[in-house]
Amino acid sequence: MSGEDEKPRTTPETPGTGAGGASGPTGASNASSAGAVAFGPQEIRRPDVSGAVAGRAREGMFGIGGSGDTSGFGGLRLPAYAPAPSERPFGGWFDEVVDETTAALADDEGAGGAPFDVCVQQVTVDRGEMTWYVDREHLVRLARTLRDDPALRFEFCSGVSGVDYGDGVPQQLHVVTHLLSMTYRRRLRLEVALEVTDARCPSLVEVFPTADWHERETWDMFGIVFDGHPSLTRILMPDDWNGHPQRKSYPLGGIPVEYHDAEIPPPDQRRAYT
Amino acid sequence: MTTTDPYAASSRETTEGTVYTVTGGDWDEMIDQTAGDERIVINMGPQHPSTHGVLRLVLELSGETVTDARLVIGYLHTGIEKNCEYRTWTQGVTFVTRMDYLAPLFNETAYCLSTERLLGIEVPQRAETIRVLLMEINRIGSHLVALATGGMELGALTGMTNGFREREEVLHLLEFLTGLRMNHAFIRPGGVVQDLPTGHEDRIRAFVKVMRERLPGFHKLLTGNRIWRQRLEGVGYLPLDGCLALGVTGPILRSAGLAWDLRQVDPYLGYEHYDFEVPTDTAADSFARYLLRVEEMSESLKIIEQALDRLEPGPVMVEDPKIAWPARLSIGADGMGNSLEHVRKIMGQSMESLIHHFKLVTEGFKVPPGQAYVPIESPRGEMGAHLVSDGGTRPLRVHFRDPSFVNLQAAPAMSEGGMVSDVIAALASVDPVMGGCDR
Repeated sequence: MSGEDEKPRTTPETPGTGAGGASGPTGASNASSAGAVAFGPQEIRRPDVSGAVAGRAREGMFGIGGSGDTSGFGGLRLPAYAPAPSERPFGGWFDEVVDETTAALADDEGAGGAPFDVCVQQVTVDRGEMTWYVDREHLVRLARTLRDDPALRFEFCSGVSGVDYGDGVPQQLHVVTHLLSMTYRRRLRLEVALEVTDARCPSLVEVFPTADWHERETWDMFGIVFDGHPSLTRILMPDDWNGHPQRKSYPLGGIPVEYHDAEIPPPDQRRAYT
Repeated sequence: MTTTDPYAASSRETTEGTVYTVTGGDWDEMIDQTAGDERIVINMGPQHPSTHGVLRLVLELSGETVTDARLVIGYLHTGIEKNCEYRTWTQGVTFVTRMDYLAPLFNETAYCLSTERLLGIEVPQRAETIRVLLMEINRIGSHLVALATGGMELGALTGMTNGFREREEVLHLLEFLTGLRMNHAFIRPGGVVQDLPTGHEDRIRAFVKVMRERLPGFHKLLTGNRIWRQRLEGVGYLPLDGCLALGVTGPILRSAGLAWDLRQVDPYLGYEHYDFEVPTDTAADSFARYLLRVEEMSESLKIIEQALDRLEPGPVMVEDPKIAWPARLSIGADGMGNSLEHVRKIMGQSMESLIHHFKLVTEGFKVPPGQAYVPIESPRGEMGAHLVSDGGTRPLRVHFRDPSFVNLQAAPAMSEGGMVSDVIAALASVDPVMGGCDR
């Protein structure tokens, strides 16, 4: 786990948790109790940038909320998780890549391009992997710079996929792109956070042709529109399918199963422990 | 007369033109009927035996030359990624193992390595070595199917029977080691589910000996075969820049001359301690890929022997009781199940053990929030597991970067401009597994 030395910040108002005492424990009280929890967020952190939030506050066990539950579990609240912005030095080659990209983007500024700080809203280093939360307006230019600059050479795109952080989370849809530099043997993750009401992201197909099917799958599964994609059609689901199955609001479906005289409900209707 | 022949091509008129249903043997007749129009769109699959599973090809032909190839996938989409979000981290293994069904142990390893990175744990050395051992045995099995089905699709039926015969050895061995021929769910977050059975070393060494004797048979049967070479050489050409642009990895990338094998360039599970070669070629065609697969099997045999030598006694699961599966499974009369000693303890002696067992099995363990992407070298290329956790006992997102999915994108580039028969050869050299492609 990362960022033990970082100062805890206060919990933001999390949408969708209801009114009346739902603002939850403060960051300080949570941090003091965090030591007793083996796993789970050590402290509440929220990046200063609005473009890179993730996670949703989780309440209670057994999915109980707002009831007269006296078991004690009803009051259990875990804070929303947000990836912590990392501070320099990032360690290893991470600083070098950020420096080189900053320089390469600055050289390019004649073309009306934005500097690194505008393109990349947040840099997070976690578990030995670096993630850049990218402003979608600058995604294609940033990707091309990463691919072409001789000191960066991220010439290989491993894949593009989506993540849905659940309803009620600001910027709940994320487009995640994994880049690989075969020359320098480095991996970098670009992440674009999108509002569900404005789920549009520029397509990377012109920079990395391999993104073609990946973006079709992300459209199919999450309903994220990739502007500039040559033929954004469904790829895994039938062409006339309604809805986007990997959205959290889309039910898993399934039927109850009878096993040894007991009826087992479908997985999405079973008791949840988180 | 067409009306008396039950196998004749039937036709119907649509807005797009005449649509014929051809079932085989009646092409001449159909060509006669369509005289004057050389441009035909044919639809191969999704059940055609030479499309490597439920893959559909839409080919636009001018004469017998393919001018346009489009691939349609999704016929084997099973929603595994979605299902994983409703199961615990441990249960996820039993789902992902069914993705690329020819390389189940690779799915499991990628998933578990990614989970372990999220947890921040390292598995014991013996578990690492067992994983390497199982994966390399599995790699041989997967490559044998690639050769066998590839041979079948080109009409080399002895290649098929030999390939599947050799693969039976692999499956028998895996059944002995893990309890199941496929879909093992043997590799779990934190290690492997149980230790290898007694007598494993003798069985594995005997397997290596048998394979050493039989692998040269492929060279005798196919490598020098005139027809085999004519069908494969220069077919399915994809040079290095095409591979990089289309994200192609695995034997296809190595056939274009780049020695890119994650086991060597980005070692995991201690692969840096093993002595093996990464065979490459520069021909970038189907024949080069065939040769590479045969050579890779020999390299895997080398790794298996070294892994056996490295196998030190020790635990096969992390010590942390909050993650490690509490039951010590054992083989009973009716197959593998809970060990009787463990059941006796939790039911008769220790209430706490029972509670702990129940909680861990039903609720699962919590994984700290964050995300991880761990790629490994599967028989088909880079297989990456991108897992996202929100701190709960179930994943927020499970995504697999499956090499079949990505490599299939290159099939049009390999086959357009060639003959219809070359499409089959090119596709066989991609070796796609639709279970992994569609997930």
